[in-house]
Amino acid sequence: MTLVPILSPLFLGVLRKIKAYFQNRVGASIFQPYRNLWKLFHKDEVISKDASWIFRFAPYLIFTITTILGASIPLFSTLLSTNLLSDFLTIVYLVALSTFFLALAGIDVGCVFGGLGSSREMTLAALTEGGFIFSFLVLAFLAHSTNLFSIASAVSTLPLFSFTPVVLAFISFIIVMLCETAHFPFDNPATHLELTMVHEAMILEYSGKRLALIEWAAANKFLIFLSLGANMFFPWGLTAQADIWQVFLALGVFVVKALILTTFVAVLESSIAKFRFFRLPDLLFTALILSTMAILLIY
Amino acid sequence: MLNLISTQFSFFLALLFLAIGAIGSLIFAKKDWLANLWGNCLAILASVSGLVAAVKVLFFGETFTYVINSTLPNLSFSFVIDRLSALFIFIISLIALFSSIYALGYVKHFYKKYNLGVLGFFYNIFILGMLLVASAHNIFFFLIVWEIMSLSSYFLVIFENKEKNNIKAGSLYFIMTHVGTAFIMLAFLLLYQATGSLDFGIIKSNIGNASLLTKNLVFIFALIGFGTKAGIIPFHIWLPSAHPAAPTHVSALMSGVMIKTGIYMFIRIFVGILSGTELWWGVLILIIGIFSSMLGVLYALTEHDIKRLLAFHSIENIGIILLGIGSAMIFLSLNLKTMATLSLVAALFHTLNHATFKALLFLGAGSVISQTHTRNMEDYGGLIKYMPQTAFFFLIGSMAISALPPFNGFFSEWLTFQTIFMGIQTQDIFTKSIFILAAVGLAFTGGLAAACFVKAFGVTFLARPRSTEIFQAKEPEFSMRFGMLVLTFATLVLGIFAGSVSKTILGVVNDLTGFQQISGIFFTHRQTFELSNGFAAVSTPTIFVVLSIVLSLIYVLVEILTSRRKVKVGCTWDCGTELEPQMEITSTSFARSIIMIFKGVLKPSKQLEIEYRDANMRYFPTSRNVELGITDVYQYYFYQPLRTLLDRFSGYIKNVQIGILNAYITYVFLILLILLLTQSY
Repeated sequence: MTLVPILSPLFLGVLRKIKAYFQNRVGASIFQPYRNLWKLFHKDEVISKDASWIFRFAPYLIFTITTILGASIPLFSTLLSTNLLSDFLTIVYLVALSTFFLALAGIDVGCVFGGLGSSREMTLAALTEGGFIFSFLVLAFLAHSTNLFSIASAVSTLPLFSFTPVVLAFISFIIVMLCETAHFPFDNPATHLELTMVHEAMILEYSGKRLALIEWAAANKFLIFLSLGANMFFPWGLTAQADIWQVFLALGVFVVKALILTTFVAVLESSIAKFRFFRLPDLLFTALILSTMAILLIY
Repeated sequence: MLNLISTQFSFFLALLFLAIGAIGSLIFAKKDWLANLWGNCLAILASVSGLVAAVKVLFFGETFTYVINSTLPNLSFSFVIDRLSALFIFIISLIALFSSIYALGYVKHFYKKYNLGVLGFFYNIFILGMLLVASAHNIFFFLIVWEIMSLSSYFLVIFENKEKNNIKAGSLYFIMTHVGTAFIMLAFLLLYQATGSLDFGIIKSNIGNASLLTKNLVFIFALIGFGTKAGIIPFHIWLPSAHPAAPTHVSALMSGVMIKTGIYMFIRIFVGILSGTELWWGVLILIIGIFSSMLGVLYALTEHDIKRLLAFHSIENIGIILLGIGSAMIFLSLNLKTMATLSLVAALFHTLNHATFKALLFLGAGSVISQTHTRNMEDYGGLIKYMPQTAFFFLIGSMAISALPPFNGFFSEWLTFQTIFMGIQTQDIFTKSIFILAAVGLAFTGGLAAACFVKAFGVTFLARPRSTEIFQAKEPEFSMRFGMLVLTFATLVLGIFAGSVSKTILGVVNDLTGFQQISGIFFTHRQTFELSNGFAAVSTPTIFVVLSIVLSLIYVLVEILTSRRKVKVGCTWDCGTELEPQMEITSTSFARSIIMIFKGVLKPSKQLEIEYRDANMRYFPTSRNVELGITDVYQYYFYQPLRTLLDRFSGYIKNVQIGILNAYITYVFLILLILLLTQSY
């Protein structure tokens, strides 16, 4: 359960380091996000007097949900297949729950940018849900189960020529992942211009430990989506035994797969620009269409 | 104790209480407080009796049949309460109970302005009508009580008759409901002609002999007739004006329960009587469900009147229920009864859930409106500081309707998804594409509903007040809050105990003809719901428990580790200027992005008027006026042409009545001649 929160800032650090290399800089160390979190936990907070209990409560809920999700998805083993929280619809709706409260927190302080960010985030979240559900649906139909662990073990035994739907679903999932984790072309996680922010705008008013929790939760979400992409669509390397060396090997394979995906995201962020907001629905509908084509290919 | 009271006794006791309540309210109309107390308390007692009756049928299986023969031919007052009726009586009584508790406090703001005796009278008659509709078993009796229900709700809609908009809304509702009733009568007359009987039971056994054309016609007419009551697109135009016009507790009942009577009759006629024989019936209902759900939520996003927003969400949820019913009918027509049971369980569970959280939302909206005296969301803001309990109840209602775990909306949407997934997996390419479209529609609907409720809750309760009335707002009185509190509790309970509830609803579905002994599509073990083929499983109590435990752990951990940090209360970042209400997000701007994305469907319009200081130079404006609107496509493309056609047609018919007596005598002579000629053959 604590694996995802512990590892997630590392992957964020790696992402930023690779982007720095693309920009011809040395960049901060890959452990810098840990230091940032430590710094934020040691700071005092300033909370607006317009904020209500929702503003104060939301970071805890969002962090809780990302922790629970981290414990419900297959990271390096398929041992916990009776986990009741691993149904993919439950995962999708838990992510929706965290987005719901984040958007409410953005509106709560009555800041100009918070409302804008919430509006854009809910628009994108509403359109992403289709692609998200459908990309997993492809896998669920192939594996005859919606439990993520069963999907992982089933996809690893599929014959090669039935992989076309998986590849299509993977492309669709990549688009969804970029949207949900607020990376290019949907959102710039490093922007300072409030008018271009989506995720960052909602958390502008947060400070101190609550900001630390939200940033950590965002890092967790990134790692969760990376693991979903790595372990659902390319599930080789997951161990089915409780042998200690197998577990270490599986962990190593997982880290390598996630690093490959991180590199991909970093290269993407360094090569393309953020899209204009009204071009994004086209991209999200494309994700949906790709998954639908994949479903039609299965049967 | 429960064994002593029979179903029959408690049901008729409920009817009696309502009748006494109605008449008593009229008698005591002069004293406001007495009329209020009498009408609502007797409605409460009646609802409790109704709940007892429903529980006895659902859990103890004591269905009852009762017939009172009258002297008029063909009319017999026959009541049959089987499990399906009992489920709907349960829903009606549950919502009526909490609406009446709420009304005890709510109608106080009608004192001295409107006649509370009339309100109590029509309110009790309305609930009476709905209870009778759910139990009537004879065509004429059904039509009589259907009319009673529609007429009493009409009078309730126009109750606040000092507002012109309410009267207009009432007239539209009156016309639409009677158009629906006309189609219902056509359908019933066809059924009578095909089977020679007016009793639903006898019709059910004899309908097999009817021709396919008759069945198709009955299907179409019943779809239009009951669909008008249920509010499917495109017969929904009365819903967004009628539900806001009525007093809040009545809106809760209309939106949560009355439109479900349309669904009740859909299931009775399509699944019970006609037994879903044709494939295209189910496909049509599925398509209507897709359109209703998507268009309902898109129109809800365009609204800034809080009650109209909730009314459009009712249309959306009826669409989701129709997705379940449509899937059930498709499976039935292919004789896949096991899968059809899952679809029906999903549809019925969503009916129950929607009644609970929609009533909760309407009651919350009503509390806000009663404190701020406006329905316009753009005037709200910051109410969470003045009405914290109402805000919490509205938040839970919003979470339930957005299908967020662990509340009840999540479970019924999960079920609907599972039945659609089953359809995708097992059907041929044509039906499969319809099911895929249904899944796309449902996925989008869920997301857009969440967006809409972030807007509704955020703009109403969060941030700073946008108008001065907000500062006078305070918590409404206890009875109003109590009604909302129990409904909030109900949404959580229905969500956590979803396993047991689905088993009970499975019992309801098994009671329908042709479904006996169909089980094994799913099994529930300690509230974990699992499909029999191992495809999917969900456990809402696990979600709830895990969320609570981990949340508390993390909260405690963080508090311990950061106990020495201080929290300072400051000002929101204001970019150096004064913080004004215009700086907050408004409901119109929140939804504008989504409206622009879907502009092909919604057809938004924007009018810009600028007044310049110098008309020639056109450089310094003195005022700018922007008007954002949504084209009412149904009025424009469907109802207006229909009306023009009707007018033109009546114009031609008018030429027959020329006013000359000799012409009329010629008509009489011609008709007699024709009749004699046709009779001789």
